[in-house]
This record gives sequence, C-alpha cells and structure tokens, in this order.
Amino acid sequence: MTPNQLMFAIFSAVIIIFSILTVTSRRILRAATFLLFVLVATGGMYFLLRFNFLAAIQLTLYAGGIVVLIIFSILLTSHIGEKLEKPGLKKIIPAFVAAGVGAVVTISTILQHNFPVEVISGSERTDIRLIAKSLISVEKFGYALPFEVISILLLAAMVGAIILAKKRKD
Amino acid sequence: MNFSIYDFTSFNQWIDKFLFDNLPAFWAIVVEMTIIGLVVLLFYALVGLFLVYAERKVCAFMQNRVGPNRVGPYGFFQTIADLFKLLMKELVYIKNADRLLFNIAPFIVIIASFMAIAAIPFAKGLHAIDFDIGILYVIAVSSLGVVGILLAGWSSNNKYSLIGAMRSGAQIVSYELSVGLSLITIIILAGTMQFSAIVEGQANGWFIFKGHIPAFIAFIVFLISSTAETNRGPFDLAEAESELTAGFHTEYSGIKFAFFFLAEYMNMFIVASIAATVFWGGWMPFHVGGWAGFNHIMDFIPPLVWYFGKTFFIIWIMMWIKWTFPRLRIDQLLTLEWKYLLPINLVNILIMAFIVLMGWHF
Repeated sequence: MTPNQLMFAIFSAVIIIFSILTVTSRRILRAATFLLFVLVATGGMYFLLRFNFLAAIQLTLYAGGIVVLIIFSILLTSHIGEKLEKPGLKKIIPAFVAAGVGAVVTISTILQHNFPVEVISGSERTDIRLIAKSLISVEKFGYALPFEVISILLLAAMVGAIILAKKRKD
Repeated sequence: MNFSIYDFTSFNQWIDKFLFDNLPAFWAIVVEMTIIGLVVLLFYALVGLFLVYAERKVCAFMQNRVGPNRVGPYGFFQTIADLFKLLMKELVYIKNADRLLFNIAPFIVIIASFMAIAAIPFAKGLHAIDFDIGILYVIAVSSLGVVGILLAGWSSNNKYSLIGAMRSGAQIVSYELSVGLSLITIIILAGTMQFSAIVEGQANGWFIFKGHIPAFIAFIVFLISSTAETNRGPFDLAEAESELTAGFHTEYSGIKFAFFFLAEYMNMFIVASIAATVFWGGWMPFHVGGWAGFNHIMDFIPPLVWYFGKTFFIIWIMMWIKWTFPRLRIDQLLTLEWKYLLPINLVNILIMAFIVLMGWHF
C-alpha cells in the first residue's frame, strides 16, 4: 500500500461515513457540521490529485462560504433543544428505494465506463496561469462568456437581495 | 555536508536522503510527516506562549504599568505558569449544551490555524509545503476557523455566546473580502501566488517599495482587515468583555479555553507573517536594486532573523493598535468594511493593474 492509497482510503472513509451521518442526524446543526467534514475531505481528495487550485476553491467556497451561510441561517432560526421528528415508515421506504436506485445506476455506470489510465509524473501540476487565461479567453475552450453570464446572474441576485432586505419607506 | 543558516535546502535533503536510505519508502514518508508535524506543533506552542507574554508586556507598556514581573526574570515564565494552571483546571460540563459540537469547536478553530502555518516560508528551504497557489491556500484554510467560532457560540446554549458568535461571523465573512482583495493587489505585481516565488521576486526590493502607492495602500488595508479577521481589538466586539462577558468562549474552561486563546494568538502570528512575506519580503534581506555592496552586507544577517524581526514588528504594530483605539460598534465595523475599505480596494487593484501594464513599477 502506497501512502497515496492510504490517504485515498482515509478520505473516502471520511466522506462515506459523514455523508451518511449528515442525512441521518436529527439535529440540524450537527448535520451541517458533518457536511463540512464531507466537503473538507473532498478538498483533500483534490489535493491528493495535485489539483491544488480546485482544492483551494473547494475549501473557500464550500467549506468557508456555503457551510458558514448554512450555519448562520440555522443560528438565526433554530433552538438548541430542537430535534427533527423521526420519519415514519411511509417516508423511510420510498427514500431507501430512491437512494438504492440512484446508487445502482451510478455505480453500474462507473464500473462499465472504461477510464483511460494516464500516469502523470509527481512534479506535474495544473498551471495556474492556464486556468486564469482560459477564464478570460474568448477562443475555443475559453470561458469568457460563461464567466460574464454568471457575473450578471450574481449581480441580479445581489440587487434582489438588497431590495428584499431594504425597509420600505412608506 | 555543509549546513548553513542561510539556506536550509541541503539540510532538508540530507534528512530526506538519510530516511529513504534506511527505511522503506512508505515508512520514510510517515516518519517525515511525523517530524514536520511535531516541529510545527512545538513551534505553535512556543510562539503562542511567547505572544501571550509579549501581549501582556506591550499592554503594560502602553498603559504605563510594569506587567508580569514575578515569575522568572522580567516575568518571562509567567505564561508557562498560566499554561500549567489552565491544564490543571476542571473542564466544566454544561447541561443542555450540544456536547458533541461543544467539544469539536475548539479543534476546528485550532486546526484551521495549524493548516495555514504549513504554507508559510520561514527561510530558504525551511518551508513545510510550497503550493503553487500558496496565498489562495492560506485564505482558504483560514476561512475554516469561523465555523468553529459559530459552532462554539451556538452549542454553548448561552445568549452571550450566541451574540458573540453572530457578531464574529458577520465580521469575519465581510473582512475576508478585504484581506483577499488587498493580497490580489500584490499578486498582480508579483505575477504569482507561490510563496517562494513571491519572496524571490523581492530580491531587488520589497514589494511595498516596488509597487509605489497602491502597494502601500494595500498594506494598510491588509493590516486593518486582518486585525478585524483575527477578532482583535479594536474589532474585538465578538468577545467584548464589558457587554458579552467573553463572547463565544464564555462557557469554555481549562484547556479548551486555552485552545481558543492560543488559536487567536497564532492567527495573529499567521496574518503578521503573511504581511511580512507578501509586503516586506519575508526572509529576504533589505535589498536595494543596483546597490550590490549594500545588498551583500545585508545578506550576512541570517534570513530567520529578518523573518522573525519583520513578523514581530508587525505583531507589535497590531498590539499597539489594540491598546490605543476604542472598540468599534457593529454598525461602524460594517460601514468601515463595505463603504470604505472595499471601494478603496477595488480602485487600488485597478491602479496597480495599470501600473504593472505600463511598466512603471521598479
């Protein structure tokens, strides 16, 4: 077993265990915390693949941004004694069936697909300049248009949020 | 084998070669990771203890007092005595608290600052991991700490803790933006995010001099916003003693309280060393482009001295700010960030990009 395989096993175990805990925990803030561990372990997986940029973005956006937002809204809305109700059998059985079908479809697709094996030398890394250039490039494989569209979407969302949050004068 | 205090690369390579020659590859890596972990842990504890002592002495100096002066020469062993006191204290168990989250929270805070230390270059070759995205990595992992603070505040089941955590969350999330943008200003100038390349790029002058006025403005903005991000005075309203007892760590006792305390000081050390590395050249001696003789004399001072000198000077400035300014209100705090620092930062980035495009920097 190489160190990389060991780390892969650890990260996978963390992801699997805490994903299950996230959906089964009946205290909502605990579920959010377990989700944080899942996201951090996914970031660790990206570091293992030497995809440092994606890993750092995963940590900043998901772990540092979205989870903080979720926790913030839980702090504002829920009380410490609150527990979600235990779901009845009517809900448990369809949920298990849906999850099982999803798992079977995904796993069988992954197993059937023939992934091309490509050995990348240890020192080779995704060049950060390449990512930056393709983000603003208008040529083939350039991301200038999606980038701008997303900025407009974000701007619209922000304007909407400000209008909702602003107190009316009348 | 020639080791020197100017370049640690050969020393590291010697240890690396020794381990790989004598152990199987798997165990050599495990031993290396353990050594680095232990060194960082020891460093963490020692610097934390020293900073607590320094804070008390600087505070006393600002307030015209003597400060700790009983335990050891100049009270130097005071913090070690305090540490033993904290270790021996009872860990109070709170009824009606979410025990799991209550216990996890201090560790999340301390791990976030622990991860950031790994990317900081202390001297040539003395660098745990040199990411190509160094600055982005440090911003990413330091943004995890706020989760621990929010969890600590909520799981304590105490209104002071909850208010402190909410304030702290709002503060850190908004000031993170300014920290990131002021660093981006320097990334534009340096053309890289790798810490070792940033330090090498300052061999003919520190970025604060090379980048003219925009670099200086970025440094001031970084100093203000990083002070706010570490929850230190005058931005310490998350733990404002006079209104919130101790904010998010009101219910913590013993060693768990010490974790929060240590993490706060280490976060201060981390932001100070990032400021020193990015703006003042890190371990790079004071060089002036073209003055070969002068630069050669400066090279005789070891890089570790330069590094710690700069870092502790910035820490001293931060302590000075803490003990001279009154605490801000939450609305003043958010106004400062969103109405002043953020627009200044955005304009500053444009000016810096213009200067770099025109080639006006040194």
